[in-house]
Amino acid sequence: PSIHPSHLFPFPFRRPPFDSMDAAVERLKTGFEKFKTEVYDKKPDFFEPLKAGQAPKYMVFACADSRVCPSVTLGLEPGEAFTIRNIANMVPSYCKNKYAGVGSAIEYAVCALKVEVIVVIGHSRCGGIKALLSLKDGADDSFHFVEDWVRIGFPAKKKVQTECASMPFDDQCTVLEKEAVNVSLQNLLTYPFVKEGVSNGTLKLVGGHYDF
Amino acid sequence: MLEMDPAVERLKTGFEKFKTEVYDQKPDLFEPLKAHQSPKYMVFACADSRVCPSVTLGLEPGEAFTVRNIAAMVPCYCKNKHTGVGSAIEYAVCALKVEFIVVIGHSRCGGIKALLNLKDGADDTFHFVEDWVRIGYPARKKVKDECSEMPFEEQCGVLEKEAVNVSLQNLSTYPFVKEAVAN
Repeated sequence: PSIHPSHLFPFPFRRPPFDSMDAAVERLKTGFEKFKTEVYDKKPDFFEPLKAGQAPKYMVFACADSRVCPSVTLGLEPGEAFTIRNIANMVPSYCKNKYAGVGSAIEYAVCALKVEVIVVIGHSRCGGIKALLSLKDGADDSFHFVEDWVRIGFPAKKKVQTECASMPFDDQCTVLEKEAVNVSLQNLLTYPFVKEGVSNGTLKLVGGHYDF
Repeated sequence: MLEMDPAVERLKTGFEKFKTEVYDQKPDLFEPLKAHQSPKYMVFACADSRVCPSVTLGLEPGEAFTVRNIAAMVPCYCKNKHTGVGSAIEYAVCALKVEFIVVIGHSRCGGIKALLNLKDGADDTFHFVEDWVRIGYPARKKVKDECSEMPFEEQCGVLEKEAVNVSLQNLSTYPFVKEAVAN
């Protein structure tokens, strides 16, 4: 079995399932072999020093969406960017109890790796942002986790609903994708080691939006 | 001006290169992706700059819904402490209907090293890092018990793999994962 190009199938597209677990694993092995022979073995001067350690200049927050890997969209090479991916590339405010995943990554990147730039990059057609905009005040959550997570961006949703009330839903989503990045950039400053780095001029915060 | 900052310029250049050398060259791949994604895989990988799974596993845009965190950890289901990972698994399994969840660790993992270095009873030195890597504690215990003769670096090598096993076990604490695996 092979990966089928999606345009061969009618919309709404459901790609055919893997014939077996073996096929799914084979595809990963093939992908790794391709990387090994076409990339890794061809660039020893590049990969050899990386064996000993990493010294990335960037920390990148990107969405988990399969279409927006920042190594691909920003052309980042191995060793360049310490990368976190989650739904809607959200950075929550500092909270030891609720957000150790994001907190530990920021802490390690800033304090141990001493990255120079933190990038938060959103993207078009983001399902997480759409879910955020679709939240109904007062209604029960329909997911175990998803609404609770995207609510991190609630201040952005409020802003968009206030300032863009007459826009169509899709256009509001586009604005929200960017405003949610702004909320995440603000939230970064609630981490004392980030705030300190920004004050010292040793750390910069950058926001972006990938429109595909 | 931030716009002229070399660090920002490098990102713009990288994007331009992607646009002209990849995106514009493959309209058959990218056009359908504009409408929606239907990845077959969900991948957990470490945030380490050297191990992006798109690169190491040759995964193309649209193939894998990807979460990256320190040490590629999957914690147990917990609505209070772990909404980040929980929401990603939930979305991948329930909304995107991925068929395969991959957890991939790597050599020389700093998070795994931190896990092995934890001193029982000592205060945490970081705000967050020790607390996060403690997700892998059962693996650490196993390695300390079964590999006590090994040098530290070799123990790390084993722990990198045993921590993946803990994450795989933890995946089944999510009812939607357990159900889909059973089905």
